[in-house]
Amino acid sequence: MKARRKTGLVFFPAFDWAISETHPEREERLLYTQDQVFEEGILDIEGLVELNPELATARDVERVHFCVPDVEAILTESHYIAAGGCKTVAEAVLEGKVDCGFALVRPPGHHAMRSVHGARGFCNINIEAVMVEHIRHTYGVDRVAIVDTDCHHGDGTQNIYWHDPDTLFISLHQDGRTLYPGSGFASEMGGPNALGTTVNIPLPPMTSKEGFLHVLDRVVLPILEEFKPELIINSAGQDNHYSDPITAMNFCAQGYAKLTEKLQPHIAVLEGGYSIEGALPYVNVGIILALAGIDYSWVQEPNYDPEAIRQSDEVTRAIANTCEHVLEQRQQCGLKREQYLAGKEFVQRSKTVFYDTDNIIEEQKETVRVCRECAGVIKIDSYADTGNHLLGICVPRKACGACQKLGSQWFDEGNVKRYDLVCLQDRVLDQYQVKRK
Amino acid sequence: MIVGLDVGGTHTDVVVLQGREIVSKVKSLTDENNLLQTVCFGVFDAIRGMDPQAIQRVVVSTTLATNAIIQGKTEPVGILVASGPGVNPHAFTIGDHYYVVGGAIDHRGQEIAPINDEEVLEVARKLRSENVRNLALVSKFSIRNPSHELKMRDLLADNFETVTLGHQVSGQLNFARRIATAYLNGAVARISGEFYQAVHGCMEQEGIKIPLEILKADGGTMAQASSAQYAVETILSGPAASVMGTLAFTDPDKEEVVLDIGGTTTDIAIVVNGAPLLKPLGIRMGGYNTLVRALRTVSIGVGGDSWVRLENGDLKVGPERKGRALAYGGPELTPTDALVTLDTVRGGQKQRAIEGIHRLAEQLGKGVEETAKAIVEKSCSLIMEAVNALVNRVNQQPVYTIHELLEDRTIQPSGIIVIGGPAKEIAPWLQAVSGWQTRVPSEYEVANAIGAAIARTTCEVTVLADTSRGYVCAPEEGYLDKIGKEASKQRVVQIAFDLLRKKAHRLGADKNNLEMELLEDSEFNMVQGFYTVGRNIRVRAQIKPGLISPYGEAVV
Repeated sequence: MKARRKTGLVFFPAFDWAISETHPEREERLLYTQDQVFEEGILDIEGLVELNPELATARDVERVHFCVPDVEAILTESHYIAAGGCKTVAEAVLEGKVDCGFALVRPPGHHAMRSVHGARGFCNINIEAVMVEHIRHTYGVDRVAIVDTDCHHGDGTQNIYWHDPDTLFISLHQDGRTLYPGSGFASEMGGPNALGTTVNIPLPPMTSKEGFLHVLDRVVLPILEEFKPELIINSAGQDNHYSDPITAMNFCAQGYAKLTEKLQPHIAVLEGGYSIEGALPYVNVGIILALAGIDYSWVQEPNYDPEAIRQSDEVTRAIANTCEHVLEQRQQCGLKREQYLAGKEFVQRSKTVFYDTDNIIEEQKETVRVCRECAGVIKIDSYADTGNHLLGICVPRKACGACQKLGSQWFDEGNVKRYDLVCLQDRVLDQYQVKRK
Repeated sequence: MIVGLDVGGTHTDVVVLQGREIVSKVKSLTDENNLLQTVCFGVFDAIRGMDPQAIQRVVVSTTLATNAIIQGKTEPVGILVASGPGVNPHAFTIGDHYYVVGGAIDHRGQEIAPINDEEVLEVARKLRSENVRNLALVSKFSIRNPSHELKMRDLLADNFETVTLGHQVSGQLNFARRIATAYLNGAVARISGEFYQAVHGCMEQEGIKIPLEILKADGGTMAQASSAQYAVETILSGPAASVMGTLAFTDPDKEEVVLDIGGTTTDIAIVVNGAPLLKPLGIRMGGYNTLVRALRTVSIGVGGDSWVRLENGDLKVGPERKGRALAYGGPELTPTDALVTLDTVRGGQKQRAIEGIHRLAEQLGKGVEETAKAIVEKSCSLIMEAVNALVNRVNQQPVYTIHELLEDRTIQPSGIIVIGGPAKEIAPWLQAVSGWQTRVPSEYEVANAIGAAIARTTCEVTVLADTSRGYVCAPEEGYLDKIGKEASKQRVVQIAFDLLRKKAHRLGADKNNLEMELLEDSEFNMVQGFYTVGRNIRVRAQIKPGLISPYGEAVV
């Protein structure tokens, strides 16, 4: 047996780390997956390469996040390894050692936003974003697409790339009216400088294989085709599975494998998925085989019953309508943007972010400079009920002179009597500066 | 007195040890076509004039199973595979009689689909009509629950001469390797069983009445009675014999490399604190990955008789061998000729060696001595490159816990022990090239036979406890018992050591010399909803490869 595509695998179950003893994100989450992967002999297959994860560094994290009070306070070893595992896979792909790769790491990351006061949705740092910014910095990659197939809306990744026209973020997830984190509606399409590079496809509960594959064929693949990314990343959450204890979808291992085969991501990163016995062992085997181009037709859950999870006509219709709605909205993006921007120099948005895992509330005001030259400099004024007050300024990777200058000015003006910390993330110079009270 | 015998590709070595003293050693030519004679005559020659009753132990290491597999002289095996969901089982097809049948067990050992008796019997009828006499029965996750393999055995065993059960070849997870291992075991089971029985018969006739022991690839021994059931474990015991023979010379506080330099190849092994490293899962044999426990050795095509020539102006050594050295009448220049030219090796036709070096020296535009040195140094650096590559691979072995990843337990060998024909002559060169302290044991030419003689019996057990389902089991050992919800990991470790002790005893081990160690001990809470319903405990323990008492205790 031989892989048709050479596939790198970081498998790091972190058997000695848990959020808490009975938390879904606990030691044995990948135990049965490891059993299945080992028993199938997958690591012996020619063309499948197992890689040991490296540790991400504080520098890697600071390219993406404003950690409050600092990186050390937010991350445990497991986070450095999870993000490092993604880096390892990405490096193998970018250096041509493998054609594609899968970082089977934990804990996940897609709920972590640009400013981080603690853990939310089991996530502390956004491991995909840390990886993407590392490869952009190291290998000069520009256009990247992240397709988030976790059942929960990837609100952290969306937040980080909201203003970036070079990162296409597509999330398909269970409708936010029925599931954490409650966002990800079709109308969320990106900030003023990047309208249309965020795409949300909320799906009704009880969506099955048929529905997911329809979304992929009708919306995801055509948009990817149009965007022409150099790299496709899949945030491969597995909680759309019919047996997942914290969601209400009806996806299956065969479906995940098919989706992977159609999407052909360069890098897949494990996100959520908490049916650790009944789903993860089979879904992960399916994804690995599909990535590597190996026959996955025999992969199936022991209790798989297609009749029991068949999608109702009503769900099918709802999904078809959502897809058309998403496509129509995209059509109007250009026009909308002009109306939206007319005469504006800055656009502001305010929001409250709840850190469910650490029980923290953050009040945030984000200001972006409307810019036709670059992604626009961003300022985040963020106050958490921990008492920490942050002013974070992000000068984007390809910032124009004006935006970069304004960023420095905002940083200089940042008053450490008012803020506990003032941070400047200058991606042009690849620098991170902090002023403290 | 104890006797050790190692059959090599060219030579067969035998030693007889009395205490720490070698009282007899014999080197003879191996007759691949008559291994029985090679083995028996080897032993008889070595003990000539001694009292056979005084012999307490005979251990043999042969190429029987290895050659049978490499040369395709194995017997047909009918293999029934109950796969269930996962990788397409047809991808693992092996041999001419491979059948995928119904029946499935999941990762926790729960039955998903039963064995279909009629389907299995039908396959058996077909196999019988084709005169297949060996059977291998394998199910996925059989090491979690062997009931499907046992069910098939109960249905079929009477009609076949040997039956290999997947869960008995290893306690490790890997269905693909379990299939290959069970198949290869079946393919050599009868050959191996009959051969060692014949050896034992010959020994008895000569008055050696003690049970025969056979060296395995992991550097341990097993009783002759197991030679059919575990036949496949005897493959590639040769490199293991050599490594075991050097163990008494290794530094118990150091990480060292063992090099066995032969005519064609050099075998490389790593010894850490007096214990040889094992392969993570098992050896690769005849194109198949297996679960056969084996010492972690690699073989490279650089030896005393390797072909030396220029290719595009670059000096090349090996991997081909064209024959013996020029100095010994061979056709092409070799590293041995360089050693002869430099007077490091004395003997042979020095003039022929010098002429060969001279021809190469002219092409290189260098002096004869300089060229000879370049050849030896090139050979040594090729060996050291392979050593470093092996060390790197060992250090890059995947880990799955944060603790292990951060601990970064890497090895950094700093010493070399060299054995084999040119060991003594090449050692100073290796030391110069590597900068590592290089030592040559006094009996370096028969280290392999010594290794066989003094290797201890080894084995491994895997014990699994699932306290939510209330059982503890070691399917490989046919062990199943109840266990309480609150059972601790210590309790399971205790069970593992008890089973290991029994198994070692059954395989012929000296019960006063069982160095038992844990290879794996992990424990996970099993949570359903938000409640802990039990614990999943996994323990793997082994008798460490090592030397029988008193050889392991001090440097010879």
